[in-house]
Formats: sequence, structure tokens, C-alpha cells
Amino acid sequence: MTRTWLTKGTLLALFLAMLVSGGLQLFRHRHFDIPVVAGPGVTKVVPLSDYCRGLKGTVADTPVFFMEGKEAGGKLVIMANTHANEPEGLLAALIIIENGIVEKGTLIIIPEFNHSASRNTKAGDGYPLYFKIPTEWGQKKFRMGNRDASPLDQWPDPDVYIHYPERQLLSFIDVRNSNRTWPGRPNGPLMEKVTFAAMEIMRQEKVDIAIDTHGAETMFPVTNCIVAPEKSQRIATLASLTVKAKEGFDSHVEPSPTGFRGLSHREMGDYSDTLPFLLEAPIPFLDQPTGPKTEKLLLDGKDPFLLSLAAKKKLFVPYDESGWPMEKRVGQHCSVILQIMHQYSKKFPERAIAVQNVPRYAEVVKNGVGHYFHDPKNAEKDRVNLD
Amino acid sequence: MPLIMIFYYAISIFLVAMLLWNFVREKKNTEDMILYLLVLIPLILRILRVK
Repeated sequence: MTRTWLTKGTLLALFLAMLVSGGLQLFRHRHFDIPVVAGPGVTKVVPLSDYCRGLKGTVADTPVFFMEGKEAGGKLVIMANTHANEPEGLLAALIIIENGIVEKGTLIIIPEFNHSASRNTKAGDGYPLYFKIPTEWGQKKFRMGNRDASPLDQWPDPDVYIHYPERQLLSFIDVRNSNRTWPGRPNGPLMEKVTFAAMEIMRQEKVDIAIDTHGAETMFPVTNCIVAPEKSQRIATLASLTVKAKEGFDSHVEPSPTGFRGLSHREMGDYSDTLPFLLEAPIPFLDQPTGPKTEKLLLDGKDPFLLSLAAKKKLFVPYDESGWPMEKRVGQHCSVILQIMHQYSKKFPERAIAVQNVPRYAEVVKNGVGHYFHDPKNAEKDRVNLD
Repeated sequence: MPLIMIFYYAISIFLVAMLLWNFVREKKNTEDMILYLLVLIPLILRILRVK
């Protein structure tokens, strides 16, 4: 009897040690806040729940940054972290928030679109919980999120996700994927409420353009591109050709499929007057046949297995020893966003959008991403938002 | 919190209670004891709203 209880006591002590040491790290990650310094161009910050009351008080509620120009013009929505394990979009959005000055029109930026996913992780794939971007004032620390919302916020998953309103059958996991739940509904699962709120922004604010920023595997054909439905393809093509000619990087155009429902680039355009675009930058970290999923791989995109696959022509992007670093990915997003804005403004001058002080590809590659982040300690307290 | 989610938390609490009861009742088989505790980890993390 004594020996049995001694064994049980030892096992329980080990169990509690594992539970506390592992659980504490996950708890801290979920409750870690990123300070975002609202730059001179930010005129107001409102919660997403202002556009869908069902989000109020939930983890999915997230700040929406408005940058209104002095002169009236068009309106552009930028969404980042729709998939929170593709952080180049988040970093590009934060660069615009912290530095951009809008001269004409309005930018509406949602840097943590799937806020629940940004507080989730993929422990089974050995994801790092955080990544750090070096800046001139130290390192800025970010949560590394997951593709899908946390089951802590939306549970259980169905056996099959039946898309609303098209009723297409999608994978069960897509019920927590905020790039499958468009256009959403106010009384649906949490992620449908998130996408519904974004649709309400587009409808209520009469948004002209919406850009959803992502990253995609180098082995996935839809990578390094602008995904656009029919009505956005002219502007996407002009933007693609211009960045190739003027800035020297490739971002080709992919058509948005009409038969695959729930995607932002499809439903935003079909259920509002907005022109949607989805930007994909190559992110080697997401590829399956890589080494360990480390913070280093996330930031420099260098992997020997991908290099070997590149030699066998198995990748959809050029890949060499220099990898595909974060600076390139963030720089691509910044330049393509600016170019879409520019092409739209040329086509619709009465709805033009003009933004200054946002770096382009070459500048981000040269100076690094951290160069554009401001020290929250030196910023006015009311300009620092914890996200 | 939606009703279905509350129901799933109730199921998790029930499973935790059953596993703990089995752990307490187990007298000889150490492997089973370890197994009960390992299965408990995700359930407890979910109930505590950690993961």
C-alpha cells in the first residue's frame, strides 16, 4: 500500500511539474500584449465590435486603426494576421500604422484580424511562441500565432463546416479559419462574426479597396502573387507589372476561383462594392519538408531541405542560399499595397488615396523591418495601443 | 459562451473526474497510472482555459 502511494505521489508530482511548466508558457503567450504606437497618421482607433455587437467582450474583438486624410478621397481596408502564422502582413500593417501619413482618402487597418488565432499556437508543429524583430532601440517582441482561431474561443468544431450562405462543404477546421468564413453572419460562429464585422466596415464606410495580406509556402502554387477576382484583375495586373518593372520583384496575378467559397478575395467582392485583393508572400517557415520550425527559420527563411528541393525545381519561387527573409516579404507587401493604391487612384481620380512616408521594397530590405518601429516607452501613452 | 461550448466543458470535467477516479483506484499497473495522467493533461489545460 505504502509503495503504491509512493509511486502515485511521484507520478503526480511529475505530472504537476509538466502541467505547470508547459501550461504557464502557453498561458503567458495567450496573455502577452504587443504595444502598437499609433503614428501621426492615425486619427482614431475603434474596436471591431463596433461593426458587430456579437464580438464585444470576446477575444476575437480587435482594434481597427483609422488614418483619415485632410482631403476626401477613396477608402482602403488592410487586413493582416487573417492567418496569424503569416506575420509579414502584420509587420507591413504596423509599419503603415506607425509611419504613414494620409494626404487624401482614408486607410482602415486591422493588424490582428484573427485576434484569437494570434493568441493561439501550434504546439504539435513545434512553433516558437514568440519572434523578435531587432530595432534601433532594442528588440520588439511579437506573439507567433496559428492559422486558425483558438478552440478556447470557438469550440467544438463541426464534423464538416457548411459555409454560409453558399452551403459548400468545407473541412471541419475551416470553421475557425477567418479566410473561409466570409462573408459571415452576425449570429454565426465567432469567425463568421469577425468576417461579418469586416463586411460591415466595407458596406457602412463605402470602402473602395480591401487588401488581405498573407504568406504562402514556397511549394504551394498560389504564392508570391496577388489573388484577385474578375473585377480587381485590371488593377492587380497593372500593380504586378509595375512592381516587376520599377522595383525588380515578382508578384504575379492569380485569379480568384469562383467555385471555392468563403475566401476573402471572392466573398468581399461578391457581397459588397469593394475591390478585393489578397497578397501572398513566400514564407519558407510554412513549408512541410523543412528543418525545425525555429524563430530563425521564420525570420531568415533559410532551409537546406528547401534548397535541395529548389535544385530539383520543386518550388514555385526562386530560392537560393539567401533564403526568403522577412525584410523581403514585408517589403513586397508594402510596395504592392502602395502600387494597388496608386493604380486605383489613376483609374478613379475622384476616389484617389494618397499616403506618404510608407517605405517601399528596396528601403525595407536595406533598412530592415525594425527600423520603422517606434519605441513605445518614448511614445505618448495615449498613442500606445496594446494589441 | 455558447451553450454547446458549456456542454463540452461539462463533458471535459466529467472525463477528468473519471480519469482521476481510475488513477486513484489503480493499485498495481504503473503504466496505466502514467497513461491516466498523460490523458489528463489536455483536458485540464482546456478546463483551465490555457490551451
